[in-house]
Amino acid sequence: MMPANCLTFRPGETLKLADIPTLSYADYAQGLLDLVAAGGRVSACFADSANGSAKLDLYTLIARDRQGDLALLKSAIGENFPSLTPECPQLHLFEREIAEQFGVVAEGHPWFKPVRFHQSWRRGKDAWGRPTDRHPLVGEMDFYRIAGDEVHEVAVGPVHAGVIEPGHFRFQCHGEEVMHLEISLGYQHRGLERLLIGGPHKATPFQMETAAGDTSTGHMTAYCRVIEALAGAEVPPRGEVLRSVGQEFERLANHVGDLGAIAGDVGFLPTSAYCGRLRGDYLNFSSELCGNRFGRSLVRPGGTLIDCDRELTDLILKRLESVAYNTRGAIELMFDTPSVLGRMEGVGLVSVEAAEQFGMVGVAARACGLRRDIRLTHPRGAWRNAFDTIPQETDGDVNARAQIRRRELYTALSWITKHLKNLPEGPHHIPPGKPGADLFTAALVEGWRGEIAHVALTDGEGRFRRYKIVDPSFHNWSGLAMTLRNEQISDFPLCNKSFNLSYCGFDL
Amino acid sequence: MLKIIRERWRQGYRTGKFPKIEPVLAERFRGLPQLPTSACPENCRACQDVCPTDAITFEEGRPVIDLGRCLFCDDCARACPEKTLSLTGNYHLAASSRENLLQKTNEAPKIAALNAHMRSLFGRSLKLRQVSTGGCNACEADLNVLATLVFDLGRFGIQFVASPRHADGLLVTGPVTENMKGALLDTYAALAEPKLVIAAGACAINGGPFIGSPEIHQGIGDLIPVDLYIPGCPPHPYTSLDGMLRLLGRLK
Repeated sequence: MMPANCLTFRPGETLKLADIPTLSYADYAQGLLDLVAAGGRVSACFADSANGSAKLDLYTLIARDRQGDLALLKSAIGENFPSLTPECPQLHLFEREIAEQFGVVAEGHPWFKPVRFHQSWRRGKDAWGRPTDRHPLVGEMDFYRIAGDEVHEVAVGPVHAGVIEPGHFRFQCHGEEVMHLEISLGYQHRGLERLLIGGPHKATPFQMETAAGDTSTGHMTAYCRVIEALAGAEVPPRGEVLRSVGQEFERLANHVGDLGAIAGDVGFLPTSAYCGRLRGDYLNFSSELCGNRFGRSLVRPGGTLIDCDRELTDLILKRLESVAYNTRGAIELMFDTPSVLGRMEGVGLVSVEAAEQFGMVGVAARACGLRRDIRLTHPRGAWRNAFDTIPQETDGDVNARAQIRRRELYTALSWITKHLKNLPEGPHHIPPGKPGADLFTAALVEGWRGEIAHVALTDGEGRFRRYKIVDPSFHNWSGLAMTLRNEQISDFPLCNKSFNLSYCGFDL
Repeated sequence: MLKIIRERWRQGYRTGKFPKIEPVLAERFRGLPQLPTSACPENCRACQDVCPTDAITFEEGRPVIDLGRCLFCDDCARACPEKTLSLTGNYHLAASSRENLLQKTNEAPKIAALNAHMRSLFGRSLKLRQVSTGGCNACEADLNVLATLVFDLGRFGIQFVASPRHADGLLVTGPVTENMKGALLDTYAALAEPKLVIAAGACAINGGPFIGSPEIHQGIGDLIPVDLYIPGCPPHPYTSLDGMLRLLGRLK
């Protein structure tokens, strides 16, 4: 059922800010719950204080996968607002985020804790009554604890044993068995969303490419779609196809790397060693394409910054043939080895109910049997009408997440081969005009981890008055915590690798 | 078992011959800037205007690029109306002092090797503890690549270790967020003397793309003394490897 006063639009369309009705909180809450009950997902939920009044504007963007559109709900909140998390758990982090950013209290939130440990954006306000004259201490909160003589607590991080990003994990254990895992992040917080206010600045594209550095083209494509929608610009087909090729190389590099890491964690060193090298080969393809192994400076508003001529496509296609052959060999070896399958099957389970409740996206959601892929449900650019099905698994374990990666790898390889062979003629870049004034738009992109959502509101001059970034990791970290329930603590690295979530994409 | 052996044979031997044979990087790889050799037209500051991190200043009418701030994005070269500024494929970018990163000539930055005592300690065995302080995970990813069999960092006696107590040096990435400052200082303090510090990536050197954010410390700065700066966003693995080997006096 479609609630009254709720706007729907397709990705790439803009709404005039003045046309968005402000609902009473009761109507807003009912509308949100109705949309979620009808299969909608909360893609973004955020507040904006730029209206000049004491109240905050509250926006929730619901992705409707079956309809292929987005629904927008807006309300206004004061210093307190009733939490909807008890009825709609996928809001839990969004509400905590709003509380932290603006110093407002989500009343009745069952897990009301800071998200990233920074000062509120509004001076002198803090949702937890912490001193407002200094930066809060990171990790300073009440962790969930289980009491008992035989219960012990394991604390890990922020500095981890490997060359990885910082985060803090608290395990409540009974012997080897984990009863509960709490994940506390914020160590990578760079204040990205605040830097974007008043933008786009000249550093903005580079900040987008480093929102989550392993998803540079993914986040950059989302940003470009936002700018292009705000400016009413078209992207030439060649630019769209080159973008998709860049993104598929990103997917290949990360999926191959992840499968290698999973193989390493179960002690199967051949695939681990081969995939470590092959990952580098895919990064080198990005470098051949745009000069940077992480696809930096490839995608820009209006298309791509760099073209790919016949000579280069031939070089890439020729090299890709042998790399693809080796990839197949390395990966099939792993899935052909019973001892590897034995370590992956039935480990790190997430139920489909939990995945739905937390609003999980991407690889992790598809591994639980959910049909969630922006390339299928909200396709744009080269993805339009490209897929009528996506790889899905139903087990929700490490094996399912690995299988999704394996299947997506082969799709990505054929995508690149097919599209590089038939690059559309014409320009690769048409610079867009200036973003329009007082507009609202949103972009969804399927990054290699899952759905990336970018939302922008512009002011009277066409500058960002609010820019919201939602990395897929924001939806999925809670899923990782669930996999450890009644699991051995020694399986944490394996479960973690099977998700491979971004700390910086979460922390922003 | 036979399948594993067959696949091993098919995958072949892949370790590079660096440093004996120079690596072949992508043709479009963007490395050391090539600066104009004569003065730029008066009033032309096109490169300076587009630089996202304000890495370009002007001295005697010619641009000077701070490689510590540079993201190697090529926007300056694209903006240059004279086409006298460009980025070359030279990956030798690391320097042992912050001042050496100020690129005024067209020579690669200098690295002073460690003194004889430090070289005798670490020259053939260097254990590094890496700390990520708010970057984007690309620096970390391309450091992890060094441990793969293509680069095989271990053959140079360099290794990443899990505990600062086992480490001779600290390798820092990220712009040092307020939330990681404490952990960085604690980790540094946990290393035994003598120790060295490597700052890898534009973020760790000067804040990178996040320069100016109140949530970060604009890189390591003078929080802890740094022995080697490795520019890049992120640094190419060969830039890092080359820098480390030069610091240890293993490459001239």
